[in-house]
Order: sequence, then structure tokens, then C-alpha cells
Amino acid sequence: MKEDKETVKAPQQTNGFEEISGAEALLRCLIEENVDTIFGYPGGAIMPVYDKLLDYEGKLKHVLTRHEQGAAHAAQAFAMVTGKTSVCFATSGPGATNLITGIANAYLDSVPVVFITAQVVSNLIGTDAFQETDILGVSMPVVKWNAQVKKPEDIPETIAKAFYIAGTGRPGPVLIDITKDAQIEKLTFKYKKCNYIRSYNPNIPLHTKAIESAAIMINHAEKPIILAGHGVLISGAESELLKFAEKTGIPVALTLLGLSAFPSGHRLYAGYLGMHGNYAPNILTNEADLIIAVGMRFDDRVTGNLKKYAKNARIIHIEIDEAEINKNVIVDLEINNDAKEVLNHLIPLVKEKSYPRWIREFRICDKTEYEKVIKEETRPEEGKLKMGEVVRLVSDLTNGDAIIVTDVGQNQMSVARYYKFINPNTLVTSGGMGTMGFGLPASIGAKIGRPDKQVVAFLGDGGFQMTIQELGTILQYKVPVKIIILNNNFLGMVRQWQDMFYSKRYASTEMVNPDFVKIAKGYKIPAVSVSERKDLKETLIKMLEANGPYLLEIKIDKEANVLPMIEPGASVSEVTLTYKK
Amino acid sequence: MEVKKKVIMQKQEYTISLFTEDHIGILSQITIILTRRQINIESITASESAVKGVQMLTLVVKTTAEMVQKVARQMQKLVDVLKVFVHTSDEIIYQEIALFKVKTKGMMAGNIIDHIVRTQHARILEVSPEYMVIEKTGHKTEINELLHQLEPCGVLQFVRSGRVAITKQVKELNTYLQEMDEANQYKPDNVEAFN
Repeated sequence: MKEDKETVKAPQQTNGFEEISGAEALLRCLIEENVDTIFGYPGGAIMPVYDKLLDYEGKLKHVLTRHEQGAAHAAQAFAMVTGKTSVCFATSGPGATNLITGIANAYLDSVPVVFITAQVVSNLIGTDAFQETDILGVSMPVVKWNAQVKKPEDIPETIAKAFYIAGTGRPGPVLIDITKDAQIEKLTFKYKKCNYIRSYNPNIPLHTKAIESAAIMINHAEKPIILAGHGVLISGAESELLKFAEKTGIPVALTLLGLSAFPSGHRLYAGYLGMHGNYAPNILTNEADLIIAVGMRFDDRVTGNLKKYAKNARIIHIEIDEAEINKNVIVDLEINNDAKEVLNHLIPLVKEKSYPRWIREFRICDKTEYEKVIKEETRPEEGKLKMGEVVRLVSDLTNGDAIIVTDVGQNQMSVARYYKFINPNTLVTSGGMGTMGFGLPASIGAKIGRPDKQVVAFLGDGGFQMTIQELGTILQYKVPVKIIILNNNFLGMVRQWQDMFYSKRYASTEMVNPDFVKIAKGYKIPAVSVSERKDLKETLIKMLEANGPYLLEIKIDKEANVLPMIEPGASVSEVTLTYKK
Repeated sequence: MEVKKKVIMQKQEYTISLFTEDHIGILSQITIILTRRQINIESITASESAVKGVQMLTLVVKTTAEMVQKVARQMQKLVDVLKVFVHTSDEIIYQEIALFKVKTKGMMAGNIIDHIVRTQHARILEVSPEYMVIEKTGHKTEINELLHQLEPCGVLQFVRSGRVAITKQVKELNTYLQEMDEANQYKPDNVEAFN
């Protein structure tokens, strides 16, 4: 019987290579690229591929989300926690356009995802056929590269290029659009990984002269600071960063996407940078005489007002993407290379030093921030529950070792401020795009990518409802994620801005919400709601110890603000610590 | 300090020469970069380059020195772009070509034809009882000057091409291509080149 099956299934052989359909070739290419999980959603034009997926169930696990956007976010999170290029499928037309937010999100945050969209039969392209969209044109500004395949024999080479481009240099999303006829027609399958494209060279020769100059600048600095970003995590340079910081004695501040690249309990950890970042690194950026920027891009949320940014400092920019250098901040020395390579070369050239007086300035600022903000936010004795205390409690209960996924807004800023990350790649968040609705699907991708880790998602009531349908994905695949809804019945961050800058005119930010516990129970997810401080710890422990998925709604102080804040247009040295209503 | 800033902020004409793979959609990718920064394309020319399979695009834009560097780096980042050069007009040799369709009757008055051929170095391509077609190669200002002179005779049609430019630098594209191959840790001989 078994033999029979194999003879039936054995594909035709020609010249030692197999004749298979384009759809099957696509799946074989993915297996060659060590893909084992695909996030996606089927539809008319991609049916040949889904049909073949049934034959490859053992090798390729497909996760059916409830919306293509969810598939895109889940795939991004999977890539972020595994460090591998991930894959997302969608059909033509609306399937493809529904991916766009997810693609743009992956593009801004430099995450390698290969998006495969199906296209109508090639002779119908351009005729406004049913479910036809010019997805190459639509996605062009938000992909690293895209291409359309109309002939089955072009599939292997195009997929090979897609993986090479997505995962090398500054990573990013790539979209491949495959017509339905190319999926159905046969080709002689042969796969070769791509490692060279004439017009694309991610292996930039090391700028050793510039690195030597950097070492001189570093050795002569009196008030230096390292600003490290996502690039450190992408290049796997966490231990090099630690070594470099410890040898030079220079404090390290992290951007939002750089969080977890440096252990938060370290004596040289200066804190989180940016609009809602820590007081010390923001204020002292303008005191520093040297900024060493590693794998970060001087986003406006980090720099505040550029005219008043780091005017006392010389700036060294270590960055793999040349287009990011001198884009927002004009730098004194550019090193257009991979962060890990540069740090490795730099470490032997720098002197062992320490800056006790400079570090003391950070500690003084830390104390001010603790007294004015952190203490009340993390250890309030009365009043409604605070986001900060919830995050800090989860941080303590998980020993800073869980993978934390956030949505966007106050929940995200509270996590960035109060979770004490100790291990690299343990934060999954939407940075550049600030995509509400990212959190829930991303938590699914994160948990599937790292089943060995506790995955906790912090969502607001607004963002949760933008992709709430993904509870269905959690139900179907029994994804044991822990979901915390920080519910203030408001679009909290927008409300905060209305409070601070729009005379408290709450335009369309108050939300009438459903019973989240009942909704979760409808999806067979155990759920509890908490509003009292005395019940918080116990419920969190129960949630963390649960075997399967769990949803915990926490009723938060309705009109609390995330502070400190660098107000829009203000300088990094003009930090608002307290705000009186 | 103020003066220095003013110089940087001043808009000026730049010629961007791009060498790209001959793939569909490159022009779109390039114009998106300019559109996003609200930079108008003064002229554009696309043709094959001296290297087989490599396309050359010549764009003329008016912007600041800082902005032209930013957009050039964005263009260089595109996967299918081989090399981007930015030049000011004094660093290149450039020409534009223009065609004029003018009323023959108007041209017959005085010694305009003689003037055009001798002093403007224009050529007459076709003559019919109704119209004449005149060709003029030169810089934009020279072409505009001729247009101005022809206007009294009755210009029926006027068309000017985009700029074509050749750089004065000695290093040619082939050398850059070679350098790029060497910079890559994989030698192209050992692999199937994915172009």
C-alpha cells in the first residue's frame, strides 16, 4: 500500500530534475530556505498553492489568521523573535492590499518577511479583472524589493533572490506576485540559493580608517554616550556592545526598537530614549560631547527638535544603510558598515576608561525621575490601577525573561519604560509605523516562533479591537499567549495629547467597550477582569501559570498620562516631568 | 555661519546620472523618491549605456545640495540600481536637442534662414510649402533664445528633449562594476549571476 502511494506520488523525472507545478515549486523553494511556518489567508488566485500545501503539511505548517493584516503582523513577529526570514501568503486583489499596513510596518522596522501574493491569470493582467490589483505598484514605496512572476520556470530564481534581499544588509520586506497560471503550469525544478546580485551589495568593505578615527574621538571624549538601536539586535552585536561599553565605560541608551539589546540592570545602562523615554539619556544627550550612534536612525521621536539636538556633541554614526546617514542629523564621522563588524574592530582600539562624574549625572537624573514619576507610577498606594505598576509586576514575575509584545500607544510606552529586559530580541513592538492592532496578531507569531518562551501581550482597548478577530487564530491553533488588556475605555495616547495640547477637548477618543471577558470566553479563552490593586498580583500569577491562552482585562485609571514627555517641537533637554490637569 | 547656511540651503540645478539594471519598474521606483520629497523633474532621458545590459537615466532636478545627496542615497539603495552620480552643470558636458516646426511663409521674410544656419548652428531638416522643420542642439538657454527669435515667424510646434550628459571624470562605470564585484565576498565566476 505504502509503495503504491509513493509510485503514484513520484514526480516525473527529466534530466535528473523533477517536473512539478509552479505552486509546488514555490513550496519546495521555501523548504530549501528552511521555512517551516507560513502565515496566510487563501483566496481564488492562490488556490493552486494552498492545494499543494496539503501535500506538504509535515514540512510546512500554515497558520490561518482571520485577516491578511494579522498574517503580516504575525509573520513579522515570527521573524523578530527567531531571527529568520518569515513568509506570508495572500491572494490577489483585496488579499494583497490588506497586507499593505503589515508590509509598511515591516519596512519601517527593518524586518525580513517574504510576502507571496497571487495574481490573476497573466493574460488578464491590466484588464481590471476580478480581484486584480497592481500590487507591485501599490507596494513599491514600502518594500525593499518586489517582482512579478508570470512563468513557472522563473519561480525558483525569484524566490531565491527574495530571500537573499530580505535577509541581508538592512533587512526588509520583499513581495513576490505570482500569477495563477504560473502556479499551475509545470517546470523543471532546480533550486540554487542566491548569494550574489550585481546591483545589490550588502557586504560593504570595512571602513577601517573611519573606525580608527572613531577610536581617537572616543579615547578623547569626556562626556560620551552610546545610542544603540535595532541594528545592534539585527546584526547580533549585543555581546560586542556590552564589551565595548564595559571597556570604554560609556553609558548606553537604547531606542524603542533597540530595547533588550543591552541588559537593563547594568551599571552602564542609561535608559530608554525618546519622547516618553527616561529623563537621564534625553537630558544628557544635550550635555554629551560625543555621541556614538550604533544601528539607529535618529527618528524624530528620538531627537525631538533637530535644531536643538546634541549641539555640544560630535557624532559618530555606525549604520549599515547609507541612506540613513546625514538624513536627519548631520554627523561628524560616518561608518557605513554592519554594527557587529565595526564594534569588533573598534574594541581593541579603544582605551579602558571610566567616567564616574559623568555617570553620576545620569544617576542624579534617574533619582529625579524616580521621585517625580516612577515611584507613583509603579508603587502607587491608592487610587486606580496604573499601567506602570502592571508592567513592572509582570516584569518582576517573569524575571524580565518573557517575550513582550505590545500594541501602540500608552500601553507600548509603559512597557518600554517599565519592563526590565535582560535578553536580546524579547520585545516585539511596532516602532516606525506605530500600527495600532499590531499587538494581538504579533503575539501569535511570537509564540509560534518561540514556543519555549512565555509570551505576554500588552494591548490597549483600542488596538485590541482593531484586530480582535485574531482571537479566532488563537482558538484554532491553541496558541498559549497571555493577553493583557490595559483598559481605560479611551484611546489613551490620543486622549493624553488632547488633555495636554487641545484644552482637554476629547474628540472621539472615549470608547464604549464590550465585555472583553465574555468575548474571550466566546473564543474559549479563559479570561478574568481585574480592577482592584489587591487582586492584581494573584491574577497575574494565575495567568502566567496557565497552560493555554489567557486573557486578562485590567481596568486602568481612565485619564492617566504617560510621563515624562518631550512635547512635540521641544528639545530633548526640555522634558516635561509633571503635568497638572 | 549664517552665510554658510545660506549657501547650503540655496537651490541649484543638479544632474543625476543613474546606471541601472534593465528591469521593468525602475523609473517608477526612482520617481517615487523624488515625489515624496516634492522635487520636480526638470528633464529626464533614458537610454542604453556603453555597458551592455545597463540602462542609463539622466535626471535634471533643482534642489539644495543637502537634499540632492539624500535622494541620491535613497536611489543608490534601490536593489536594481548599480550606481548613482550627482553632478553640477560645470562637472559635465551636456546637450539637449530641440525641433521647431515653423511656417515657411514667415521664414521667407528677411534673411532669417541664413541667420539660423550660420549663427545658431541649427539645421533645416525638412521644407514644404506650408512649414519647415528646424533642429537645434545646445543648452536650454540657447534653444530658448532660438525659440524667441523664431516666434515672430509663427512657431507651429516646438519640442525639446531631456538632457543627455557625459561626465568629465576619468573613472568609468566598468571600473565601478569591477569594484562592486570585488567588494562582494562572493566572486561572480563561482555563482550564477542573478541579474
